[in-house]
Parts: sequence; structure tokens; C-alpha cells
Amino acid sequence: MSTPALKKKRPGGLPPSARTKQAATKLTPAAKQRHTAPKIKSAMELSEHIVEIISDSGEGAQRCGQSLAVIAARMGNGIWTVEIIPAEIQPPARSIAGGSGNRVRLATNRVTNGGDEADLVVAFNEQVLLGRVREHELKPGCIILLESKWRTDGDPEVEAAYTQTYGELVGSGYVIHEIPMEIECLKYVADARRGKNMFALGMLCNIYSLDMQVAREQIAFIFAKKDQKIVDNNIMLLEAGQAWAEKNLDIKFRIPPSQLSEPQIVVNGNVSLGLGVMASGMEICAMYPITPATSASHFLSEAFENVGGVVHQAEDEIAACAFAVGASYAGKCAVTITSGPGLALKQEVIGLAVMTEIPLVVVNVQRGGPSTGLPTKTEQGDLLFSCFGGHGDNPKVVMAVSDIEDCFYSMITARKIAETFNTVVIVLTDASLASAQQPFPRPNVSEDWMAPPVDQSPIPEGLVPYDWDHRTGLARRFIPGQPGGMHCLTGLAHDRQSCVAYDPDINHESLMHRSLKLAALQKTLKTPPVFGEPEGELLIVGWGSTKGTIEEAVTRLQDDGHKVSSLHLRFIQPMPSGIKDILSRFVQVMTVEQNWSDSLDHELIDEENRRYSELATLLRARFLIDVDCWTEVRGRPIKPGTIVRVANQRLQRKG
Amino acid sequence: MSTPIAECALRLLDEEHPLDDYKGRVPRWCTGCGDSAILAAVQRLCRDEQLAPEKTVFVSGIGCSSRFPHYMNTYGFHGLHGRAMPIAEGIKMRRPDLHVFVITGDGDCCSIGTAHWIHALRYNMNMTVLMHDNGIYGLTKNQASPTSPQGLKSKTTPHGTLLEPINPVSVSLGIRNASFVAQAVDWIPDMLHDIIEAAFHHKGFSFVRILQRCPEFMPGRFDEWVQNPDSMLLLDHADGVKVGPNMAKVYRNLEQHDPSDRNRAREIASTYHPMPVGVLYRNAEMPCYEELRKPDRMYTSGIVKSVLEKEFDKFTINPAA
Repeated sequence: MSTPALKKKRPGGLPPSARTKQAATKLTPAAKQRHTAPKIKSAMELSEHIVEIISDSGEGAQRCGQSLAVIAARMGNGIWTVEIIPAEIQPPARSIAGGSGNRVRLATNRVTNGGDEADLVVAFNEQVLLGRVREHELKPGCIILLESKWRTDGDPEVEAAYTQTYGELVGSGYVIHEIPMEIECLKYVADARRGKNMFALGMLCNIYSLDMQVAREQIAFIFAKKDQKIVDNNIMLLEAGQAWAEKNLDIKFRIPPSQLSEPQIVVNGNVSLGLGVMASGMEICAMYPITPATSASHFLSEAFENVGGVVHQAEDEIAACAFAVGASYAGKCAVTITSGPGLALKQEVIGLAVMTEIPLVVVNVQRGGPSTGLPTKTEQGDLLFSCFGGHGDNPKVVMAVSDIEDCFYSMITARKIAETFNTVVIVLTDASLASAQQPFPRPNVSEDWMAPPVDQSPIPEGLVPYDWDHRTGLARRFIPGQPGGMHCLTGLAHDRQSCVAYDPDINHESLMHRSLKLAALQKTLKTPPVFGEPEGELLIVGWGSTKGTIEEAVTRLQDDGHKVSSLHLRFIQPMPSGIKDILSRFVQVMTVEQNWSDSLDHELIDEENRRYSELATLLRARFLIDVDCWTEVRGRPIKPGTIVRVANQRLQRKG
Repeated sequence: MSTPIAECALRLLDEEHPLDDYKGRVPRWCTGCGDSAILAAVQRLCRDEQLAPEKTVFVSGIGCSSRFPHYMNTYGFHGLHGRAMPIAEGIKMRRPDLHVFVITGDGDCCSIGTAHWIHALRYNMNMTVLMHDNGIYGLTKNQASPTSPQGLKSKTTPHGTLLEPINPVSVSLGIRNASFVAQAVDWIPDMLHDIIEAAFHHKGFSFVRILQRCPEFMPGRFDEWVQNPDSMLLLDHADGVKVGPNMAKVYRNLEQHDPSDRNRAREIASTYHPMPVGVLYRNAEMPCYEELRKPDRMYTSGIVKSVLEKEFDKFTINPAA
């Protein structure tokens, strides 16, 4: 059964593994000796490794990857996961574009992004693997563990496709170990499709020297709601995978964990958001299903009622936003969670909340646009839209979360700002953070985070509904139920009594006060810290989920002796003080973003027609500084190595 | 507007609200507008029910009728075109202690906000919805609406509308969860009041379509019914509204209609000749969404904290001992 290619010694010194059931029973003398000897495979120590598990949709590679990450995290490793997700629910089996799975970056220390290319891949068929190869996601010489059943599938086309791909990949220098996953799983279960992922997880636990007891606990946790028999079956497959790898594979790594100093929680960005909503004391989350935002509501649907909260699935995005506005108007600030197309639909209601000064938190889990765009892929294309969307002057707060921990705390901050300033707060996150997992210190829950009870005290004599403070623009909010506070809120221009007013002076006054609130908030914001030296050759400015990637790239550049620093913005609108000062201390300033910008390399593009990226446009307009930009809109997270390459080009260009 | 605190306290003591307590700004509707009759009926209801003004919220969309909340001295929310119902739902969800009324029009409810209307019927939240149906866009000055009669010439239909109008009552009755559907007309004020009163007392989403005259753009629209009492059909039932003896002398065309009979309600709803007035359907047993989703107890920040700790426990990894 073995092919000539397999008989060759692999570059990198790893011997070929057993390929099929028959091959497994006919081990080379050397292999026999290895396996009869006491199991003292020496593990190669690594500081980090990037692993991918990829399968057809529905074969559980995502669960396998997520579990691997959690197990490693429980052992104290730094982790970051990136979901590999096809846009369709059930794409055709064995298709290049249909690969579904997870990338897990495992490290000794904390990791903040998915890293560069993969070091090791487990693939359930060669086509999904080919997809990753074509997307340049594998490192040269990457170790591949490939399901071998296709070689003897019976369908000549499948067999031919497999053999051809196998040959190509080996020819390109990849180290392929063919693994009879299906055959091995069938020894334990009737349907290997449901369970192969746990076998793969067992292999990976063995390869990365992970604690099997932690792995068993993790499986028990995942299947906690299921029958004990299902838990037992999965643990059986896990152990089978572990034992098989121990016996047949000669790949063994150890990524020493670092000592945890405090408890951590391991969740993805959307669960972190949901936990943040609960911790903020908000009680209503109104939503309409939309990818990739919905998983936050999935989590809340399970947990929110335990704190008296309600997830209302409205009939559409507009209704979800209007429902949240109604709930905020009559009580505590509410939240609506959506993605780009939903934010577009909500604009009129958001404008109403701005006009009537009702607190509201809007979360936008950004995805690729425009239109339906790339629903499952990540992008940072809604920054200017969030700041300036809606008709008329529509001042609202825009925050961008930068990591999983920030997803949690931003909800608390957003709720407080919304209620303090009676305003709309848009919180931007994205598809990459939505599904990425990263441990962060377990929050020490404070009751101060939570919204105060709804004020039902009588309105003091002489107060009017829009008693704007001339210095701050703030007015006390009257809540239904408060005696003496009766008035009619209106989206029409209105005076301090909330009377419809078309008077030019009144219109001017009300616009001014709504705008002033942003200035008042701005005075409370701290200047964000510069990552690296406060001056130098190049400053990279970012916002949102790219923080970890940019800082990793900047660290590498600094290690190479370059005077490069970075700045990451959490508050986009209003923008804190001191930013212009920071920008002006660098020879070059460049934003790195995941939204479109024209490249000057195109013959049609010049300085007069170039469309800049979103943050660059904002910074250029606000600070009159020649901020350059580099952007990539490929639907997947930017790699630190890419930023290093781009930064080096920029440094050479002017250096 | 804001009321002196001492006066608030006094009011709490005697709890007596005269009609004037519910009157807000001076209505700016055209002379002869049917909205005024509806406003009068509602203010009378508030007085009769002695609703605490601070506990009462009128939510409206956009259109002539949606100016209504400005004319009440209660809390009011004059929001967006078509979106009154989801706003009202948000209010009711956490504040079942508030009396929530929705004021909407035929453009608001049956055109731009149709999805919300259908789903509001389905949610069946406890609120009273008055749909002022004049069959025309008045505030934007004379465009055909979904309830305009076929052939109506308007600014956007100079050769007459081509399509049959939508029947809001039939549509409402088509929603399985609908729990209260009624039809009223502005020119029979006593019936109008009684129907609104029945709607208010119904626990659930009570939808009242009110045929309302627009003297500006639809003069004579309802003349055939206004001028001829025999062209009306009054629905009389103890479980709906009772037609008084004096009324019955004028409006002789009565039907004893049991509002629990949905099939008959659908038949009645589908006719305009004679024009039915009364409670077509009522089902007091239909569960209300806000009650289904009501928190089982008061959640203090202490409880929230302890629940959150339990959630964190699920995801926590601890340092090695």
C-alpha cells in the first residue's frame, strides 16, 4: 500500500508513520524496535507551534481545535484560536473551498493573535488540505497528518485525486503522515464521521504532550448536556487516538507552559461580550439572527435569564433596535447586537436614540462587506459608517475592542457611558474576535459595574425634560413612572420642554448640546499608551482586533533594530487628547487596517484620487498629518509576518 | 410638563384625576378631523379609569395621528414612521406596571410598519393599539395608502389607485395569536369609547381599527356610512360591547356576535356593506409574551454577581496548586 514517496526519508528527520491498517501491522524493523522498547519518546521542546485541524463541514474539526486550545490553556499554555469556516452550512464534501476547522496557536507565553503559517496540520481529506495550501496558510515543510482512507476509497476519481494531491504536496516538501483515522475509529464506533475529531484530538494531545486527564475533563464538559454514554464514547476515541499516536507516530513536542499567577477564563470574543453584558447590569438584549454576531446571543440565551435578563429575538433588525430603545427609555440601558448589514438597517432608530437622548449600546460584530459580502469572514469595514452613519448630525460614541478581555470590559464601559451621557455607544468587534479564544484573568466581579435601579422618584419642581447643561450638554433623563416628569419624547426637533420646535435658535441649541456631550466625554479619556518608544521612524496605528498582531510585528521589528512603535485606539469617537502629539513624533505614520484602501501601485491611482483606509481618513482629517495606510481585506486576520514585511518596505522607501 | 413636587404629593394623596389632567398641548389637527374624536374618547377613558398619568405611556409612529401623544399629559414617545410597536414592546417588556397605548395610522401600521404589526399581534403583549385609518397619507399631503379605496385619485395615483385595499381587520384575524380585534368609527363616539374601553380592559394586544375621516384629503370618503345609519352593522354582545337602547334606535342593524367565534368574526370583517362596528374577536386566554418572559424574581446586584461567578467557573482555569 505504501507509495514510493513514502519510503523516502522525510526532510526534518521524522520517519514515515504507518499509513494504513496493513502498513501499521507491518512495521519496519526499526519501527518495531521503537515500539517494543519502553515508551521514552523524547519530546522536542518548542516555545510555540501553530496547529490546524481541518475537515469537511460537520466532521467536528472545529470542536477538536477548540478543545485542543482549552486543554492547552488549562495546562497553562498561551493560546489563540482562529476559526476556519466555510460560508455554507453544508458545502460539498471534499471541496477545496469547503474546509472547516480551527487554527490553534500554542505557546509558552501569552499569545495575542493567530500568528503566521501553520507548523502542523491534521486534515480529514486531501481537498480541504489543498484549500489551505493554496491560501498559503502552511509553513514550508509543515507536518501534515492526513486521513489515508481516500487512497483506497473505491471510487477511482477520489483515489486519483488523493494520489495526485499527495504526490504534489510531498513534492513541495511537506511532510505527510498518512493516518488510518477512519479504520481506527471504526474499531470503536459504527460511524467514524462522528468521532474522528476526538481521535484526532487524542493524537494531538499525544503529539503535544498534553495531560490526558485534563483532556478527559474537557470532553466531559463539552458533552455535559448529553448522555453519559456519549461522553464515554468520546473519551474512548480520545484515548484511542492518543494510544495510536504514541505507538505509531514519532512526532512529539512539548511546549512548556508558563506558571499561571492567577485564575484565567477561556472563552471566545462573543461569549466574552455576553458575559460583559451580564456584568454591566443590562437586562435586555434585542437581536435578529445575523452571522457572525449571533453566537453572543446564543450564549446570552442560555445564561441571561439567570440574572433576570431577556434575549428578545425580534422580527427584524429595525425592530430589535426599536425594542432596545423602548426598553432603555422605560428602564435600564439595553443592548442590541448585530453585524454590518444589521447596523445599516438600524440607522434610523439609532438616530432616534441620539435625537431623544436615550442610552443605547449597539454592538457591531463586523464582517466582510458591502452588501451580504463575506458573512463568515472578518473585516474592519464599518468604522466610518459607525461614526458618521445616519442622516443629519448624529453624534454618538464609537469604541473598538481589541482583544477577548476587552470584549468583556467594553460592555461595562459602554453601558456606563451610554447612561451617563444619555447617548448611543457603538461597540465594534469583528468576526475574528467573535470566534477566537484567548485566556484572560478572571474578572473580579464588582457590583459597581451594574446599572443602578430605575429612578422612579418624583421629578423636582422646575426641571424640564431637556434641561441641557450649558457646559457639558448633559440633561437628566425622565423615565416613565416618575411623577411630574410627563412629557412627550419626540424625534422631531424639540426644545427643552420636549415641544416640537422648528425655531432656528432652538435647533441650533439642541444640536450644540448633543454634540457637546462627546466633548465632555472626550475630556475624561486617557491618551492611549504608545507600544514601544515614544518617537522613531515609523508609527503603526491600529484599532480593533489587530492589536495583538500589530504589537507582535512591532516587537519583531524592534528586535531587528528598527525604530518602530505602535498605537492602538480604543475610543474612535470621541478620540482622546494627545494623539496628534504622538503622531508628530514619528517620521512616518501608517495605519494597518482590514478595510479597503487604494494602492498607489495601480496606474490609475495617485495622491488626488487615492481612497485612504477608514482610520487613516479620520486621522488625516482631524490632525492634518500625512498618515499613510496599509490594508488587507482578504477576509482573514492579518499575519504579523505580513506587517513586518510591509513595515520594512516603508522603512526602506523613506530611509 | 413638569409638575411641582408638592402638587405631585397632593395628587398621590387624593388620586382624583379630572379630565383636564390628561390634556396635553392644543391639538393641531384640521377642523373636522376624526382624530379629535378619538382623542376625546381616550381622555375620557383615562379619566374614567383614573390612570396615573406618570404610569401611562402613549407611543406613536409618524403621521397625522401620531401627533396624538403630544396632546396627552402622560408620558409619550413620538418615534419613527412604522416603529411604534417594537418601541412599545420594549417598554412593556420590563415595565408591565405601565399602561401602554400605541397610536398608529394606516400608512404607519399597514405599510411601512407592517412586519411589526403582524409580529406584535403574535407577541400579544398587553397594550392597546388604536389604528387611525383615514385611507390616505395626510401629513405628507395626499398620497394613496394601502387602505385607500380602489380608484382613489391622489398625488401619487393621478389616474386612480389600481389595487384593492388591504383589510387591516381581516389581516389581524389571520394571525393565530391575535387576541383582540375590533373595528370602530369616529362618527359614533359612544361606540368608539366603549370599544376602546373594552380594548383597554383586555389583557393582551388589543387592536382597534378606527375608520377616521380626513376632511382635507378625503372629504366624503365615508359619507355613505355616516349619512345612512342602516349601512352600519353594530356588533352587540356581553363579551364585546353592548349596544345601548338609544343607540339601537338609530342603528337598527345589529348582530349578536360572540367575540369568541373567530370564523364568524372573519366573515364579518370581510364586508364593508354594511360596515361592522364592535368587537370582532376576543380571546382572554392567549398568553402575553411579557409574562412568558417575566423574570421569576427580583434580581439584585448580589444575585447577578453570584450567577456571574458561576458562569466564570465554567470557563476558569486555575493556577497549579
